[in-house]
Amino acid sequence: MKLQLIIILGVLSSFLYSCGLDNYDAPGSVLEGRLVYNGEPINVSYNDVTFQLWEPGWQKKAEINVAVDQDGSYSALLFNANYKLIIPSNQGPFRSKLNAESASDTILVNLNGNKVLDIEVEPYYMIRNPLFTVAGRVVTGTFKADKIITGVNAKNIEEVAIYVNKTMFVDFRSNVAATTLAGSAISDLNAITLSTTVPALVPTQTYVFVRIGLKIQGIEDLIFSPIVKVNL
Amino acid sequence: MKKYSILLLLLMSLAWGCNDKAFLDKQPTNILVDSQIWADKSLVLSVIADLYDRVPEFQTITNWSEFASLDEGFASNAGDYGRHKNTEYGYGEWSNWDYGLIREVNMFIEKCGTADKLDPADKSRFLAEGRFIRANIYFELVKRMGGVPIILEPLTYDFNGDPTYLRKPRSKEVEVYDFIIKELDEIKVDLPKSSVIKSRATQGLILAMKSRVCLYAASIAKYGATTPTVTLPAGEVGIPAGLATGYYQKALAAAEELINSGDYSLYRKKENLSENFSNLFIDKGNNPEAIFVRDFKLKSGKVEGWTLVNQPWSQAEDLEGGRLNPSLNLVQSFEKLDNTYETYATNKADGDYIYFTSPKDMFANRDARLEGTVMLPGSFYKGKQLDIWAGFLLADGTVIKGDNFGARKTLPGKTAAEYVVGFDGPIDNLEFSAQSGFYVRKYMDLAVGSGQRGVMSEVWWIRYRLGEIYLNAAEAAFELGNNAKAATYMNIVRERAGLIIPLTEADITFDRVVHERKVELAFEGHELWDMKRWRLAHIIWNGQSTELTTNPGKADEVSTRVFGMWPYKYYNPGGANDGKYVFQKIIPAQVTNAHRFRLGNYYSDINSTIRNNNPLITRNPNQE
Repeated sequence: MKLQLIIILGVLSSFLYSCGLDNYDAPGSVLEGRLVYNGEPINVSYNDVTFQLWEPGWQKKAEINVAVDQDGSYSALLFNANYKLIIPSNQGPFRSKLNAESASDTILVNLNGNKVLDIEVEPYYMIRNPLFTVAGRVVTGTFKADKIITGVNAKNIEEVAIYVNKTMFVDFRSNVAATTLAGSAISDLNAITLSTTVPALVPTQTYVFVRIGLKIQGIEDLIFSPIVKVNL
Repeated sequence: MKKYSILLLLLMSLAWGCNDKAFLDKQPTNILVDSQIWADKSLVLSVIADLYDRVPEFQTITNWSEFASLDEGFASNAGDYGRHKNTEYGYGEWSNWDYGLIREVNMFIEKCGTADKLDPADKSRFLAEGRFIRANIYFELVKRMGGVPIILEPLTYDFNGDPTYLRKPRSKEVEVYDFIIKELDEIKVDLPKSSVIKSRATQGLILAMKSRVCLYAASIAKYGATTPTVTLPAGEVGIPAGLATGYYQKALAAAEELINSGDYSLYRKKENLSENFSNLFIDKGNNPEAIFVRDFKLKSGKVEGWTLVNQPWSQAEDLEGGRLNPSLNLVQSFEKLDNTYETYATNKADGDYIYFTSPKDMFANRDARLEGTVMLPGSFYKGKQLDIWAGFLLADGTVIKGDNFGARKTLPGKTAAEYVVGFDGPIDNLEFSAQSGFYVRKYMDLAVGSGQRGVMSEVWWIRYRLGEIYLNAAEAAFELGNNAKAATYMNIVRERAGLIIPLTEADITFDRVVHERKVELAFEGHELWDMKRWRLAHIIWNGQSTELTTNPGKADEVSTRVFGMWPYKYYNPGGANDGKYVFQKIIPAQVTNAHRFRLGNYYSDINSTIRNNNPLITRNPNQE
């Protein structure tokens, strides 16, 4: 009887011990930051802009995708390692900058513990000084479209738009009211005005969220202004 | 001891008596080996029949729900509501990399090449059919993935430890198209020239397929220029714009050769043109228009359930039906008989409803293909009238409706309960009811029992028919600048639909070409490939919840959600218009998001497993 008990206990404890052998430690290092231009964050639509982290040394190559939030911020929970950070060329309303260390657009990230990394990029346009006013149910926004990339890589504006939504997720998919203006119809890039009428909201809501979006010709991702809450 | 030895001797004698050879050399009755198959042409036919059936297809009558993926229809089936709630199409959507199937076809071709026991005529026909099936599979691959490795023989691993010699790179997209066209040209002579053979390859089919393949290549070359980022530098994706004209010419030539051969003609058997159009798809006896079909046969185990799952609930022969509801987006695309586009007017200028004696009156004087493609409220199927109406509309604007098929309530001013909604619905969120206000008619069988689970239907699936070939010719002619020819071919197809006022040369525009394909080929599996090759997909499915277009003839109008239109009975006892029908345009309750087709959807994702196993495979663009 005593022998059996010892054997059972021995087997049980080996189960518990093997749990430790089988499981890996969870990743614990946070890599976070923002996509910025001269320190100013790049605002985008949610889930549309992602970049890749590659960890060299493994037999099969697979990227870790990191999503960029609406305000340009990102965060990833990773293991400590040497990563190569690449923003694929078709991602984002911007061009990547040349990285001196890697002599390419790859950013070498040596992760050892938590790290804050702001990634400088070169957007085609920036939306400057967005101001929103409300008159009744009409929301009006004025802004300046600042052309950052000029010269051979420059691109034209396809259209600008003002988007209004009930929630904090505001873009061309998520809106209750939107007005667009074709790029060719913009008379003065320094002072563009757009307005849209908010329909009746059910259930009643006395506030909405609004932002300006700018679509660049030939680029899939739009650049936006920060999301602003306005009271109706 | 003695006992054991006697026992042993007994056993030995038994064992000696067994006829080893016969016992151990019994032939299996469920496996056929190569030497048996390749000596008998019926066995070879059974092998190739299986291969014919396995060519990948996207939307067909055997998987109805895929027709609700885009904007032709609503999926009135609880398990498929998600199709109307997802915003993006995943990059892996429509992806196919089935080289296992290619290997099987290559093995068939290889073995057929050495099958000396077959009659030479049979052998060359089977060889041509094997190559036809292979070309078909590559066409399905290039439509989805762009350029793929072209493997023409079964590859074998030599187990020497280094498999890298098996890694083949992707061919250019244009090379795959050229390969398909070359194969079709080479095998044509070995195939029978017969319009009666429809489920196997024939010379007519080669011409039909060639017209479609060349047209696709031409469009990608021409319209690909509008999406310059949908290319890969080494040509795996994208066809040089300068090649467009050549492919349009080839497409036109192949289509015209088929049209002028006189082997096929448009189906014209019924006087009522709508009935004629719907009959085209279900009449298998002497059908002059069908060129290549996937056939089915009752009581054979190979039947199809399109009629079963789509039959109107009010007359369903089993507890099944009503799943694919055509959208108002499609229904409003059918023109008036004077060639003009007109959306359905539900209200007068002063805001009052327009009252109809029968709900079908709303759809009067339109392209006959509307009624031939869609079951409209008030129309008939299998001799019984459909019962599509959403409820009673009272004079003060309130609506009395039910939450089940044929629900009963008491109307104000009455004492007894009566039906307040049709037995076909529409009722929001009630699956199998006509939630868009319409049921599908194309491919619906009229045979008794076709809606029963135990019987189902032997209506075929037409992959190629002459109507499409006329439209291929019209599109190619238009793109080559020959509007007169384009008008001629389009008018032949339109005349069969009751649109007897011919289009003039000036009427033929890109919008017209796109529109004609949409209404003629609805629910035949063309929409996705057409929108991709015209590079319109990301424009019309742009993720924005736009209202339904008022311009159904315009090719680039946004159409991201499926809309519907419901008839109501007007209740105004003793007053004007009592008992008449009014309509309201609606959006079905389960449609909560807009379709979004991104640039990365033009060519589906080649997943990381494939690319890791073969680093020569480049990833498709715009997906990272």
